[in-house]
Amino acid sequence: MIKPFETFTGLVVPLDRANVDTDQIIPKQYLKSIKRTGFGVNLFDDLRYLDPGEPGQDHSQRRLNPDFVLNQPRYQGAEILLAGENFGCGSSREHAPWALGDYGIRVVIAPSFADIFYSNCLKNGLLPVVLDKDAVTGLFRDCEARTGYRLTVNLGQQTVATDDGRTHRFEIDPESKHRLLEGLDDIGLTLAMADRIRDYEKSARQRAPWLF
Amino acid sequence: MAGKTLYDKLWDAHVVYEDNDGNCLIYIDRHLVHEVTSPQAFEGLRLAERTPWRLDANIAVADHNVPTTDRDRGIADPVSRLQVETLDENCAYYGITEFNMNDVRQGIVHVIGPEQGLTLPGMTIVCGDSHTSTHGALATLAFGIGTSEVEHALATQCLWQKKSRNMRININGDLPPGVTAKDVVLAIIGRIGTAGGTGHAIEYAGRAISDLSIEGRMSLCNMTIEAGARAGMVACDDKTVDYLKGRPFAPRGEMWDRAVEAWSDLVSDPDARFDREIDIDAAALEPHVTWGTSPEMTAPISGSVPDPDTVDDPARREGYQRALAYMDLKPGTRISDIRLNKIFIGSCTNSRIEDLRAAAAVLKGRKISGDLTLAMIVPGSGLVKKQAEDEGLHEVFLSAGFEWREPGCSMCLAMNADRLEPGERCAATSNRNFEGRQGRGGRTHLVSPETAAASAVAGRLVDVRSLQ
Repeated sequence: MIKPFETFTGLVVPLDRANVDTDQIIPKQYLKSIKRTGFGVNLFDDLRYLDPGEPGQDHSQRRLNPDFVLNQPRYQGAEILLAGENFGCGSSREHAPWALGDYGIRVVIAPSFADIFYSNCLKNGLLPVVLDKDAVTGLFRDCEARTGYRLTVNLGQQTVATDDGRTHRFEIDPESKHRLLEGLDDIGLTLAMADRIRDYEKSARQRAPWLF
Repeated sequence: MAGKTLYDKLWDAHVVYEDNDGNCLIYIDRHLVHEVTSPQAFEGLRLAERTPWRLDANIAVADHNVPTTDRDRGIADPVSRLQVETLDENCAYYGITEFNMNDVRQGIVHVIGPEQGLTLPGMTIVCGDSHTSTHGALATLAFGIGTSEVEHALATQCLWQKKSRNMRININGDLPPGVTAKDVVLAIIGRIGTAGGTGHAIEYAGRAISDLSIEGRMSLCNMTIEAGARAGMVACDDKTVDYLKGRPFAPRGEMWDRAVEAWSDLVSDPDARFDREIDIDAAALEPHVTWGTSPEMTAPISGSVPDPDTVDDPARREGYQRALAYMDLKPGTRISDIRLNKIFIGSCTNSRIEDLRAAAAVLKGRKISGDLTLAMIVPGSGLVKKQAEDEGLHEVFLSAGFEWREPGCSMCLAMNADRLEPGERCAATSNRNFEGRQGRGGRTHLVSPETAAASAVAGRLVDVRSLQ
């Protein structure tokens, strides 16, 4: 069950590189879990820790990579990830948005996302925001220049606002927006259309009986 | 009115409902399930007290976690074992057909679908795995989904989707000898980039594609996701029909004749409109390899590692620099001077019988380089393995010095025990060269089976044509 997405103001962490793939967001060894939770501690595992990680380890005892943004004190408690182009490419693993959400990220802002990752975010109450490249470049610059840099994300208005009052508008499909705002269960909504699905099956069975 | 593309036809035939914003509820004919992306979906079903909408549309197999050696001893890693057992339990509980680990039909999900005739032209096919695009080789609309969508497909037999734009990539003319479907797709990704196909469904066309075997088309469609497009496809032709005839799950008798007749329409109309079209001259293509950490970082085998300083775009330049540092390569190094530690022939891209035949043809009468610490062949399914053994291919591999393993995803993503150690360099027939993909710190060069086999002999990346 996803929680309704509400307007909030959050600390921003910048990850300024293009083509960050889902193997980097959550490496394969953690995909062996049969749960949806607990992935946050392994978000960006290969970048975040200096030693190799395995499931079941006590991750609090591992050596942190001090150069990686998530480990820098100024970004602790970040809820908004600022990212580069084609964020979330590669594997379809939904463990990627689960890891981001479990870590505490609620919004990812990037110039572009990979299709499957974008869709997976929406299913998990994680808001992917596409802004144009220049706007994102500006946000990176401001974020790196100012400790404690925060943004306000308003899904209803489809805006990202800086604390000095500048506003960037973003686009989102109206249905996805509605479902995020209400925290609606996709499956429940689809099952309300069960008759339509049965009607489709009836005609498809006549047209192409070998598929049934 | 303009004609329809193949994608338009597949899409239109599956729309159950369309809202005012273009969100479509589309019907799913086949849902393939594996152990990694399904446990949370089954858990969600159970918590909501729901049941699968249509059991016979689902088929399950464990492939990512399975060991490729000593299979009779089970899975040593308890975490992997639990995930596979969870799939077994979920399938038994709901009554979903599963090919379990010791069934000869077990294999990589994208190999067994076509092999069993579970993949049929005109179908919509989904799986919680991005390489589901593979099945488009048989004129299907096939794409990868996340776990929420796995649960949605199980519960409703449908998914909410927006229609993609149409892209066609024409590979015109004839491929030179030694240039394979894998080389074609690496060249395409090198040209359009890993986001080049985002938001599009790609149809591959042109004489070089018509001339490809069905298995070659699978290698091509498989890596469509590496170009950013969720679905890739090839029109139905006589080869498609011949490939499927007599497969266990393919229709038979009168039903087969009806199906074949319907499938003849699964081509783009001559006047169909594409939003984007790309033409590539087949004759100009060479064997391709990747040198970096993204599938778009490709070079012809005769080429060199590029110099980041010659790249104008700052983000791209930085990406190149990071890749070269990770790969421990210097700008200007000739591709054919890159020395290797391991060779991996396998994965949903290149583990089918034709891939193994091609590798065996190169390896026959040859030995792998003494510099290698491991060369392994992981067939795509138990049936591929059996076929290869019936043809004596395994003897060629074993006498060349390769290990001959049990089927599974194996070192494509190293979820089982097969992996690279930090710093090791591998020529792999798989599909992703991301940092850490084949093992933390491991370095991957993506190649065709022919190039992998030739490179195993040379101990370095090499032009297979130089051996022939």
